[in-house]
Amino acid sequence: MNATTPYFEETHEHKDLSGVKKIGLALVSLGFLLLFVSASGIAKEQPTLFSILIFGSIMVGTLVYVLPQLKEGPAGIKNNNIFFDSMTSKGAAAWVAGIFITGFYVLLYWFPQYLENWIRILDPLSFALSGGPASQWFLYGTFYTIAVVFMGVRMIVKYRHNRYQIIRTASVMFFQLGFGFLIPNILKAFNQPEFYFTYFWPLKYDYLFPNSFEWLMSSGGIGIFMFFWGAVMTFIATPVLTYFFGKRWYCSWVCGCGGLAETLGDPYRQLSDKSLKAWQIERWMIHGVLAFITVTTIIVWLNSSFGGGILGDLSNQFSQTYGFLIGAAFSGVIGVGFYPIMGSRVWCRFGCPMAAVLGIIQKFWSRFRITTNGGQCISCGNCSTYCEMGIDVRAYAQRGQNIIRASCVGCGICAAVCPRGVLKLENGKVEGRYELNDYVKV
Amino acid sequence: MTHLVIVGNGISGVTVARHVRKRSDMKITIISAETKHFFSRTALMYAYMGHMKFENMKPYEDWFWEKNRIELVFDFVSKVDTDSKKLSLKSGKEISYDKLVLATGSKYNKFGWPGQDLDGVQGLFSWQDLELMEKNTANPVNRAVIVGGGLIGIEMAEMLLTRKIPVTFLVRESRYWGGILPLEEGTLVKRHILEHGIDLRLNTELGEILPDENGRVRAVITKDGTEIPCQFVGLTAGVSPNVKFLEDSKVETGRGILVNDYLETNVPDVYSLGDCAEIKTPEGERNRLEQLWYTGRMQGEVLAKTITGERTIYERGIWFNSAKFLDIEYQTYGQVFGELREGEAKFYWEHEDHKHCLKVVFDEKSHVVIGLNVFGIRLRHDVCEKWLKEQRNLEYFLENLVEANFDPEFYESFEQSVADAYNTQFGKTLKAKTKKGFFASIFG
Ligand SMILES: Cc1cc2nc3c(=O)[nH]c(=O)nc-3n(C[C@H](O)[C@H](O)[C@H](O)COP(=O)(O)OP(=O)(O)OC[C@H]3O[C@@H](n4cnc5c(N)ncnc54)[C@H](O)[C@@H]3O)c2cc1C
Ligand code: SF4
Ligand code: SF4
Repeated sequence: MNATTPYFEETHEHKDLSGVKKIGLALVSLGFLLLFVSASGIAKEQPTLFSILIFGSIMVGTLVYVLPQLKEGPAGIKNNNIFFDSMTSKGAAAWVAGIFITGFYVLLYWFPQYLENWIRILDPLSFALSGGPASQWFLYGTFYTIAVVFMGVRMIVKYRHNRYQIIRTASVMFFQLGFGFLIPNILKAFNQPEFYFTYFWPLKYDYLFPNSFEWLMSSGGIGIFMFFWGAVMTFIATPVLTYFFGKRWYCSWVCGCGGLAETLGDPYRQLSDKSLKAWQIERWMIHGVLAFITVTTIIVWLNSSFGGGILGDLSNQFSQTYGFLIGAAFSGVIGVGFYPIMGSRVWCRFGCPMAAVLGIIQKFWSRFRITTNGGQCISCGNCSTYCEMGIDVRAYAQRGQNIIRASCVGCGICAAVCPRGVLKLENGKVEGRYELNDYVKV
Repeated sequence: MTHLVIVGNGISGVTVARHVRKRSDMKITIISAETKHFFSRTALMYAYMGHMKFENMKPYEDWFWEKNRIELVFDFVSKVDTDSKKLSLKSGKEISYDKLVLATGSKYNKFGWPGQDLDGVQGLFSWQDLELMEKNTANPVNRAVIVGGGLIGIEMAEMLLTRKIPVTFLVRESRYWGGILPLEEGTLVKRHILEHGIDLRLNTELGEILPDENGRVRAVITKDGTEIPCQFVGLTAGVSPNVKFLEDSKVETGRGILVNDYLETNVPDVYSLGDCAEIKTPEGERNRLEQLWYTGRMQGEVLAKTITGERTIYERGIWFNSAKFLDIEYQTYGQVFGELREGEAKFYWEHEDHKHCLKVVFDEKSHVVIGLNVFGIRLRHDVCEKWLKEQRNLEYFLENLVEANFDPEFYESFEQSVADAYNTQFGKTLKAKTKKGFFASIFG
């Protein structure tokens, strides 16, 4: 409070902790090495030991790499060297990582038999949680959750000066770990449907398909609750929450896809394409996918209410095509596999039908906007560079205009990286949110 | 068709071009010698630090210019002949104009220090300076010395730190940015500079820069005789207008290109604005140089009107500015000088973490607020400006501070802590308004 507190006259020496960080990296690499080795099947005899060794060294290694940052200097925006690092600027390392993740998705969706040896490593964990052996989806869920939680720690350390980022990241970590992993598996242990409470139609498109309806309705009380939960979330909670908070309540606070993008994907957010062209493509694609899934849903219901008689195999073909093209190829292979090349939100931006719905509501009936602070913008471009949705935030800020874009997931990074305090995510009166401020003459 | 030629594609020249295009169909050409396309000078540091690429620094995509029929010429204007209304370019070409805008910006100062032209010694203003800095720091640099404690100096220090180059920062004044920041704020920034491991030397002036056998810098000697070995020297003691190319033209220059409040020079149809313009003031006052991004933009908005036939005076309005010192953001509204002027009093609050503070300068008698400095807290430009225009007093500012707050959601609120400081210093019992409650913020 008072200015009389004596300040230190000495400069601070900062410890060089790069040695410790290297140990962390080495541990992570060791974990992956063991993982590759165990693909040969040698781990099957000792699954518990191997899963502890593999996941333990990946998790501990990540922490050992990340935590020293706390001691490396004051908190702040430290995007240093991102565009020089091969891993984060589409260099060779990024291509290796991209090919590895893409390859994993291809095996996962279409050739799970090749993942057999890895899946078996997770049997002990799977039995402990769900009472049954592991499947490829259990393997996937484990990888996914570890990525969200441990890269989430990294995100929190990076933005430790920013409470919005801390709380938001903790939220996606919580929802992934609890609702995206533990709860569905524990439900299985109690012979209940493996249900994901945080996914709804149209993202989890089959939750409103007739076969889900039958599946859940036949599973007794909890199943009925689940079906109605899904329907209520889609038709009531989604519009209401988006009206009050914008699409961020879901996309950057709850959703698992968003959760992965905000944690594992954070180092790649600058790779999104900011061009006008990309925005035009985005609008066609995302609304196209929404139309596709809406038509598919209607067709499968029509088909089932006519007992499959009228449309014959057509509805099956529709939903299978959707599942292959959108559900697997787009959201997984391209959506995550291409993180290191195209940025972290390719699926969310170009493909996700849930994002399309939320975006339409956000654009036309929402209290959310990013306010531009008077004439303070210096057009530096940090906001646009780090917008994972490829929104040219600067284009708005420099003309004194609020940012209201269907695609904005409200991650708040633009506001965090802005060096002049120009941007603020806010909910406020709907009237006038599109008005220009009069500090900049347009 | 009238041909408008603009020299300089910085924020000033580009703003004129964009706004003239909105208001008129005249032919527009921008000539510039630095980069083909407009980029944000304010982002130079981020390119060096690897936060951005050159592509990210361009506020408009490359198709923008053609679409808006703004012709770009990548060349240097070496001569201006206002009688024949012709410009000679370095490439040998000539361009004639009907109206001419000079927006040639600044260059960094060199004050004749011995050794200022050695290899490894440079300032930072242009894209070429940045490229040179890459080159100068590509070889091992065990220490860099920065000369001049202003905004570009601290940016340069931050840049070098990201390359793990130790920095010694020479500041002539007794505090950082001494001419502008009052003592308390200067002290807060000083702490933060030290916290980053920068070797800050106040009250220290550069004496001489010493070469090695290859003509590269090997050390500097300060005026008090200390020798500091270094392989890089950053000259950041201010900038001055780029006017040399006008030497044998009829356009009148002083420190910069002399203009009146309409940004008109002494020659008809020739205008100037931005960093390079020196705005004449009434007898007795020092002419104004406004070397900011914001002022360049605001002048451009006004000048476009004049050029398209609606002669408009440039009025500065209520002053504002902002910067960032390493990790601490700074904003200022109204007038706060390094030292209080006659009849002024101050209120100061600082958080115990020494990273947030608020200074309010007000009229001693009426308590009407004259200006404020704020560090580590974001304030709303429109609210601050409104209160200053309405001549609100200190108590009003502090009581309603929450209304001006622009920090991200969930941030710590400082309003009552500020009010408590006020109560202690002035023997009052002010209670600051608080953030809206949860429900009010959702439905209000
Ligand atoms: C590192 C740095 C950080 C800064 N940060 C901030 C900040 O945070 N906030 C702020 O308000 N201001 C900041 N500034 C100042 C701000 O960038 C300048 O005030 C602003 O860019 C000036 O714009 P301008 O258009 O007047 O001139 P300039 O941007 O200098 O543009 C003039 C152009 O004209 C060209 N030119 C000159 N002579 C000729 C000729 N004869 N022929 C052809 N072309 C010519 C030059 O090469 C240059 O490209 C910063 C400056 C620097 C260097
Ligand atoms: S505009 Fe800002 S808040 Fe919205 S997605 Fe982009 S970076 Fe995130
Ligand atoms: S809004 Fe902030 S980050 Fe974006 S261009 Fe303006 S000053 Fe830079």
